[in-house]
Order: sequence, then structure tokens, then C-alpha cells
Amino acid sequence: MHPILAHLRRLALYLLAWIPIALLLAYLLGMAHTIRWQEAVAVAFPLCLVYAFVCLSAWYSCRVTPLERSSFSRLFLTHLTTALLATALWVIIAKVLVIELSQTSRAPDLELRFAPEIPILVGTGILLYLLSIAFHYVLLALEASKEAEARVMKAGILARDAELKALKAQVNPHFLFNSLNSISALTSTDAARAREMCILLGDFLRRTLGLGEKASIPLGEEMSLIHAFLAVEKIRFGSRIQMQESIAAEAMDVQVPPLLLQPLVENAVVHGIANLVEGGSIRLDAQCKNGDLAIEVENTYDPEAPARRKSGVGLANVRQRLAARYGNRASFAVKAEAQQFRVSITLPVEREATPA
Amino acid sequence: MTSDAQKRIRVVIVDDEELARQILREYLSKHAEIEVAAECANGFEAVKTVAEKKPDLVFLDIQMPKLDGFEVLELIGNEAAVIFVTAYDSYAIRAFEVHAVDYLLKPISQERFEAALTRAKERVGGKPAPHALPVSELSAAARPPAQYADRIPVRDGTRVFIIPIAKLDYAEAQDDYVALASEGKKHLKQQTIASLEAALDPSRFLRIHRSYIVNLERVAKIEPYGKDSHVAVLSNGLQLPVSRAGYNRLKAYLDR
Repeated sequence: MHPILAHLRRLALYLLAWIPIALLLAYLLGMAHTIRWQEAVAVAFPLCLVYAFVCLSAWYSCRVTPLERSSFSRLFLTHLTTALLATALWVIIAKVLVIELSQTSRAPDLELRFAPEIPILVGTGILLYLLSIAFHYVLLALEASKEAEARVMKAGILARDAELKALKAQVNPHFLFNSLNSISALTSTDAARAREMCILLGDFLRRTLGLGEKASIPLGEEMSLIHAFLAVEKIRFGSRIQMQESIAAEAMDVQVPPLLLQPLVENAVVHGIANLVEGGSIRLDAQCKNGDLAIEVENTYDPEAPARRKSGVGLANVRQRLAARYGNRASFAVKAEAQQFRVSITLPVEREATPA
Repeated sequence: MTSDAQKRIRVVIVDDEELARQILREYLSKHAEIEVAAECANGFEAVKTVAEKKPDLVFLDIQMPKLDGFEVLELIGNEAAVIFVTAYDSYAIRAFEVHAVDYLLKPISQERFEAALTRAKERVGGKPAPHALPVSELSAAARPPAQYADRIPVRDGTRVFIIPIAKLDYAEAQDDYVALASEGKKHLKQQTIASLEAALDPSRFLRIHRSYIVNLERVAKIEPYGKDSHVAVLSNGLQLPVSRAGYNRLKAYLDR
């Protein structure tokens, strides 16, 4: 669709812009004094109204000869031909109009007196049409850049969506393989515990499976996921893991992105507890403060532990997810002290509307 | 078992998880010729135990407290055949395929375990593998690309020292060893200076001589020495020889 014809507001603005052009044309026509000012105005205004629409046709010729992909000769020929055709059409219309006006008593002999004005009309016609071509090329360029921008934005959104989905569906393969190895070890010595661990692992996996599609879950649900995760890890690490929790009652039904905290607790186990011979403790704190949910995950760690591969990826993901979802309404901070590693998060309190 | 049944094979199991050690113990218990000499739950303990007990074979976990499996291997050298045991590590797998006796992935199957044990027995009974590389080369291969060492483990008898890279002043080649100077002490490590150079971040360490690598932060000034050679003066006053190629490299760095 034509970018101006298709929008009433734009069309009105466009026609308004032609009023000074019509005045200018009237001035040019009246300058020679062969016709009167009133006659010049009476001719110029209807002519410009018609020509305003004729000039819109430049859009089609501009579209088929894009500036950057057409040869100079092609551009020159196309636009010169269309400009001449449009001008010829305009002159014919002018003639008809003048003949019609001559018939009236107000403009006697206008047809004769108008003859010397024809070259002016031809010159203006060509010039105006060329201007319209330039104007349409600008319009096309604007449209193209807007489209490109929209495409880039859409691609960005799609990429982020995909990343989040992948992130949410992810279960750390290390965790899975190590757990399976523990179960395998237990089968011959303690079949009941092996079975218990199978059930705990199954419970954890089932909980993570459904979460991929959900945008948010109550904090309480995330906590039961963390409990399922820790139950498995406690069989692996035994007394090396100590967990302390203090979650305010009013925080339990705050909506949080799923699998936001579990990776933090997993980090605390993998990068903290697993590197301590005697084990250590994880502290998880969640409170509502001034409309924000403040969460802290803190664990003991060995600052001199061997560097684990890929460390820090989990933290970066949590930071990105918070930023993508809440922008500057959420905060994320990491602090590594002598023996303590702490991640602090705040995010706006959102609750699901409960049916009264 | 067969005729080697006479020869007892002494094994050390290293893993920080009790259940992971338990399954190896169980698989090993089916072999009368195997004696589990010790079990360790961390890297320091592993190095100490291997030095004391001199086992033939070590089952070594990768992710452990204190020292990881690669660092342990770097320190115990060729003293024992090593089978790595890990859950999942693509870099490690690449390195084992080239260098180690074998590697086992958790969960470990009995069949796969037996195959690895058979290979290890061949190694223990015979000579070192024909393509055996110096251990330091092995650990370099296991390091992820574009990641430089942030610490260097060294061993003195049964004791292990960790030298953080920032505390390494310079390294000097001494035959098959490098002497690592840190905090006024020198630690000897069996490693070529070339492989040490490859492990160090080139923006922080520079090879200034055939036998010397220096920590650039420690260089106070460069002085001419004799007719056309130079010495690098460290901030603690020590002087290290600088070769002509080393001088050019050093100048290129300082002119930046």
C-alpha cells in the first residue's frame, strides 16, 4: 500500500503542504500580467490538487527502480519518462480547465491569454514531479530502516526466549551422572537407600520438567525443588552439607522465575561444599522488604580451591534472567569474603491474584 | 586369575564421595590379586599417600577439594599408573584419550571397569607406554584452550605447596626440572621450562633467556651487562640474565 494514500492523516498533511506550492504557481502564472491574479489562483489551485495526486504515482516507479540497485541510465530514463508523462497529463488537464473557464463570463478569452503560460506550467510540472521522486525515495529508505530495526528486535526477542527456555529445561549433567553413580554403589550395599535415592532423583527431575513452560512460580514451589535437590545431594555428600533456611511466611507465595534459586544452591554445593574436606553450610534467606523480595544465598567455600571449569556461568545466567525480566527493578550482587560466598538478589514482590 | 596372580597390585582410590569410593572397592574386591592400600578423599591426601605407599595403580577423581585430579597427576608423575574417574568432562576425555591408561565415566559399569583394569595391569606389569609423555605435557593438554594456569602445585616429598601465579617471581630451568622462585624460596618441579612457559599467561610472564621466565611485574629495570648482553633487575634486587632475543621481547613489551 502507498505510505501516504493509505493513511488519512498523512494524506491531509501532504495536501496541506501543496497549498504553498499552489500559491507559488499562482504567483508564477500571474507575473506575466497576461492573466489576472484571480484567474491565476482559480487555475493554480485545482491544478495543484490534481497534480498532488499525480505526483504520488512516483512511489510506484521509485519502488521498481530502487536507488542502490539500478543503473544510472535506467534511473534517468525511468524518471524522465514518468516526469514528462505526468507533465503532459497536467498540461492537458490545464488546457481543459482553461477552456472550461473561458466559457464563463468571469474569464473571457482566458484560453488565448493563457497560451504564453504553458512553458511555465511545463517547467513547474517537471520540477515538481522530480521533487516528488526524491521525496518518495526518502520515504522508501525510512520504511526499509524501520523494517530492519523491527527485524533485529524480533530476532533479539526470539533469541532471548530460546535461551531462557534452554536455561529452564537444563539439569546439570554432572549432578545426574554423579547421582546415578551413587545409586549404583548403593544397590549392592543398601538396596533400600538406593531405592530412596531413585525416588528422590525422580521427584527432583519431575519437578524441573514442568517448569520450562511456566513464567513464574511461588517461592514455596522453588523451595520444594531445592529440597528435592538437596535430598539427593545429601546422600552423595553425607554430613558434609548443612542447610539453614529462614524464609519469611509472607515470602512463600511471592512469584519468582522458576529455577532461579536452584542453580544458586547447586553452585553453593559444587563450588563451595564439594571443595571442602570437612564440608560446610549453605544459608538461604528470603524476606519481604519495602515491596521487594530480598533473597540471600550464602555458603562457606575454600578461596584456594582448584579452579573449576565453567565456573560462574550459573551466576551469569541468573543475573541475565533477572535483568531480562525485571530490568532495573531487580538487583543482583555477589560478594566473596574470606570463607563466605554470598549472592544477594532483590526483585519486586508479585503475587498471583488469589480468588476471594 | 591367571599367571600374574602371584604379583599383587596395590591400589589407591581417590574420590571425595564415599559412595563413589565404595563402588570401586566393590568392583576391586572381585580380584584377589588386588590390594586396596588406601583411600583418600582429597588431593593433598592423595599426593601424600601415593608418595608413602607407592601404589601401582591409582583411581583418581577429577573434581576434588584442595587439588583437582589433574594437579594430583602432575605431582605424582609417573610413579603409578592412573585411571581417571569422572562424571563428565569433555576436556578431560580428550586428554585421557591421548595420554592416560584409561578413564571411567560415572556411573561406572562393571564391564568397562574390567577393561580398564586389564589395561592397567598390562601397564603395571610391563614398561611405561611407548608414547608416554612427560606428565606436565599431559596436564597442559588437559587444560582448556585459552585458559592459563592460575596456580602451580609443587611437591616436596610428601608435602604439597600451591604457588599462586601472582607470587611466582621467576622460573629457572635446571636439567629436567624447573626451579620456581616465590617469596624468597625455590621449589623444584619436574617439568620442562617450555611447557611451563606454555602454561603461563604471556601478558604476565616472559621468557627472557633460554633458562629463565620472569614475572613482568617483578622487573624493576634492565641494565647492560658486559659488551652486548643485559640483565633484568628484579624489585628484590636479584639479577637475571637476559639473552639477545629475550632483550628484544622485553623491550617490545616495555615499549607498548
